[in-house]
Amino acid sequence: MTMLDTPLTGRIEGPAGPAHSADHAHASPTPIGFWIYLMSDCIIFGCLFATYAVLGYGYAGGPAPHDLFEPGFVAWETALLLFSSITFGIAMLRAEAHDLKGTTLWLIVTGLLGLGFIAMEIYEFNHLIHIGAGPDRSAFLSSFFVLVGTHGLHVTGGLIWLVTLTIQLNWKGLTSANMQRLSTLSMFWHFLDLVWIGVFSFVYLVRLV
Amino acid sequence: MSDHAHSHGTMGRLMVGFGLAAFLTIIPFALVMMEVDLPRNWLVGIIMGLGAVQIIVHLVYFLHINSSVEEGWTMAATVFSVVILGIVLAGSLWVMHNMNENMMPMHEMSPTMEMPGSSHGHEGHTPVDDPAATPAEPGTQG
Amino acid sequence: MATEHVQPAEVWTPIFGRLTLDWIPYHEPILVGTFGAIVLGGLILLAILTKYRLWVPLWKDWITTIDHKKIGIMYMILGFIMFIRGFADALMMRAQQAMAAGGAEGYLPPHHFDQVFTAHGVIMIFFVAMAFVTGIMNYVMPAQIGARDVAFPFLNNFSFWMTVAGALLVNISLFVGEFARVGWLAFPPLSGSDFSTGPGVDYYLWSLQIAGVGTTLSGINLVATIFKMRAPGMKLFDMPVFTWTTLCTNVLIVAAFPVLTATLALLTLDRYLGTHFFTNDMGGNAMMYVNLIWIWGHPEVYILIIPIFGVFSEIVSTFSGKPLFGYKTMVWATACIMVLSFVVWLHHFFTMGSGANVNTFFGITTMIIAVPTGVKIFNWLFTMYKGRVRFEVPMLWTVGFLVTFTIGGMTGVLLAVPPVDFQLHNTLFLVAHFHNVIIGGVVFGVMAAVTFWWPKAFGFKLDDRWGKRSFWFWCIGFYFAFMPLYALGLMGVTRRMNAYMDSAWQIYFIVAAFGAGLIALGIASTFIGFFVSIKNRKALACGPDPWNGRTLEWAMQSPPAPYNFPQEVHVRGRDEWWRMKQEGFQWSEIYEPIHMPKNTATGVLIAAFALVLGFAMVWYIWWLAIVSFLACLAIGIAHTFNYNRDYWIPESDVAKHEQKGALA
Repeated sequence: MTMLDTPLTGRIEGPAGPAHSADHAHASPTPIGFWIYLMSDCIIFGCLFATYAVLGYGYAGGPAPHDLFEPGFVAWETALLLFSSITFGIAMLRAEAHDLKGTTLWLIVTGLLGLGFIAMEIYEFNHLIHIGAGPDRSAFLSSFFVLVGTHGLHVTGGLIWLVTLTIQLNWKGLTSANMQRLSTLSMFWHFLDLVWIGVFSFVYLVRLV
Repeated sequence: MSDHAHSHGTMGRLMVGFGLAAFLTIIPFALVMMEVDLPRNWLVGIIMGLGAVQIIVHLVYFLHINSSVEEGWTMAATVFSVVILGIVLAGSLWVMHNMNENMMPMHEMSPTMEMPGSSHGHEGHTPVDDPAATPAEPGTQG
Repeated sequence: MATEHVQPAEVWTPIFGRLTLDWIPYHEPILVGTFGAIVLGGLILLAILTKYRLWVPLWKDWITTIDHKKIGIMYMILGFIMFIRGFADALMMRAQQAMAAGGAEGYLPPHHFDQVFTAHGVIMIFFVAMAFVTGIMNYVMPAQIGARDVAFPFLNNFSFWMTVAGALLVNISLFVGEFARVGWLAFPPLSGSDFSTGPGVDYYLWSLQIAGVGTTLSGINLVATIFKMRAPGMKLFDMPVFTWTTLCTNVLIVAAFPVLTATLALLTLDRYLGTHFFTNDMGGNAMMYVNLIWIWGHPEVYILIIPIFGVFSEIVSTFSGKPLFGYKTMVWATACIMVLSFVVWLHHFFTMGSGANVNTFFGITTMIIAVPTGVKIFNWLFTMYKGRVRFEVPMLWTVGFLVTFTIGGMTGVLLAVPPVDFQLHNTLFLVAHFHNVIIGGVVFGVMAAVTFWWPKAFGFKLDDRWGKRSFWFWCIGFYFAFMPLYALGLMGVTRRMNAYMDSAWQIYFIVAAFGAGLIALGIASTFIGFFVSIKNRKALACGPDPWNGRTLEWAMQSPPAPYNFPQEVHVRGRDEWWRMKQEGFQWSEIYEPIHMPKNTATGVLIAAFALVLGFAMVWYIWWLAIVSFLACLAIGIAHTFNYNRDYWIPESDVAKHEQKGALA
């Protein structure tokens, strides 16, 4: 969201105050602003985790985690997201080295890994609904689908953003405005990986032991 | 944006983060997939603990959080959010568990469901008169 | 008129979804009359705009503006308009309850009465109180910290229009379909799809969800503003108290509103996709909704009152001619309230069936909140003590607040005692309590703030006589309207009743209705006051610092230039403007170009499509929902392709502005 905005930064030197150094111009508020947004998003996820914690045992006579979750499948999803985090990190480093080609390449790799993750999630959801374990089957499945699905929607949003920004990078180059956007998206992407740690630990693994 | 070179670390740092994250991911998956024979509580504790550690690893190595970024505001915002998350999660679990114990809903909330009042002898107001009824009318205070 | 309500038949067509002509309430005279009045008013407004050629200025200077001051003023206008709607609902309820005793049915049938009290609560909290406090924070805070605008000016515009979109959706429900009949927090299972068919609850969900996006983003924006945009030299403990309270409030918004978003989203899924979060069967648990929504709901009431504490702090110290007594304790008390407000939510549902240990814990935490609040009350009293107190209108509201709010606070502590709450839960005692703190606190505070900062915004003071009339009508009217409700609550009268059998209660309801009438006169006095003052603006004109203020907003011109301050201010401590005045401060006449963001239509366009999206979702018009969602997305993405978003105000323009200000 914050990337949609131009921060108001201006350096006004007036004789109104006492003599002062010129370096007091406001630094961009975007990083902290976006971080605050991520924290508020984090609380949305917190509520969904809390709902899963409270309602996650309401099977209503339907399937339980042992009947549905495949740890091997989740491990692959986790690997895709973790690798995409690393490739984004590399893209970021290439951008700092003013290497537009390298940045674009690693962003594309990141996007493909993210796409793979989304594809796996869609497959899983489709499979569950197909075998009669859809979100309307029980409170457990409702809370599972909504928590994991909300994360998936965020990744989808991240992918749209990533495509947009890759186009803009190749349009305007690695300007300071674009670097700002890239590091904001980087925060978003790493944050999604961070939320996934909670998902695979709390939603899947803990319920399988 | 001259400070970017410093704020996003180096390849070495990224790889250290990757190694730690991979390690912290593989262990819990291995515990579950190899069906390691440990008490359930231990396994839950280990999985959740490693998850928490990995979150910190991500914060430090990928999101570059430390107490000096943005005059400490990033750190402060993070700590505050963790506190709120703790309140929401622990509070909801406590409140809902306690209510379910007292009101005995239809679905099994916890494996060790108690009869109302069995361990809370002093709760004079335990108002369960029909266990099959829905939880009482929602509280409606303004 | 009190006929049995018949729900229109459930049909669905691909083009109109479930919207049919039967949903247009042309057979309800009250609604047809209201609709006629609004159409007439709208036509008059359109005629005036066209006659005076105001369309272009309206679009260029206001609708697309990113100026925090104009956005602040627009929030206040939104608040006042919605206030009329919300208060009309209140009058309808008071009239109904004054009539419907001992078998009489009154004039509002139950299905209409239930919509009225739901709409009253929703509108007053989300679109009146929230709009007012957001408007005041938006206008005043950036000026107090010596900034030119907020951190994300475009986002500010977008947040405002999302709030408007939510407000419009609520009001559309008046004439297309119906509003929710479930109380302002829409507890399931009543609000679930089994018991609330029809579009009412869906209107509720989508309007709050759309407005909630605006509120959350505005909260993020204002927090980032305080973190990053303070004038050089302004340390945290140099910030005016109002800025501190703004910070705490917006931290609460950022932390609490996501909970509302998540909770309403889950209820939406229950209604739209058949999930089982809050249903009675299939493992769902309706009490989880009550738990979650109050995790948001309690901080929400502090979101409303904390900035008002800041308003009163500024007013008390200005009109006592003294620095605020106990500045640091004030800041710490606010911070304590901010954190504590997250650990008291269960006191809203003591009767839910939790054990004694849980109820005791939350009872005690609730009582603890009274301590920092008490600290504040004493700080204000000690600020006045031995000061040269000038009893201008803002100060009248302040004194009215101190007395009224303290009474409301004490009834709150009574309700915090779980056994007492078991008696008073869901009675009119509770209704009296929260109106006592919201009217005595938030409304009085908003009226004080409007009177206090009006001269800053427009360059002339508000008429004194009408201000005083408004205060006395409001204050006396409040006591007449709500003290009877305390008594009724103690007699066990439950809230939200359409009619009652015991005619002994009627006299109390009649007194309450009389009080509501007095409040109506107070509101009328406010509006007449605005009108009279605008008419006499030449006579009421004042300089930039009419109250002999202490903080930086009084250093700006009145009305302020778009860039607020011609030069950057260097802050050396608390009450910087007071110090500057002592030193005989003058702005330099050497100006520099000033860097400012450009206006943009993106915010209002996305919000317009969000409104269409909400409407389409309410009526199951799926094609329209998809189209409007894609439109929102496309406009948002297109906006990111615009890199040319700011401009420089040349120094000649700055000089012109400043000379004009000096002449005024």
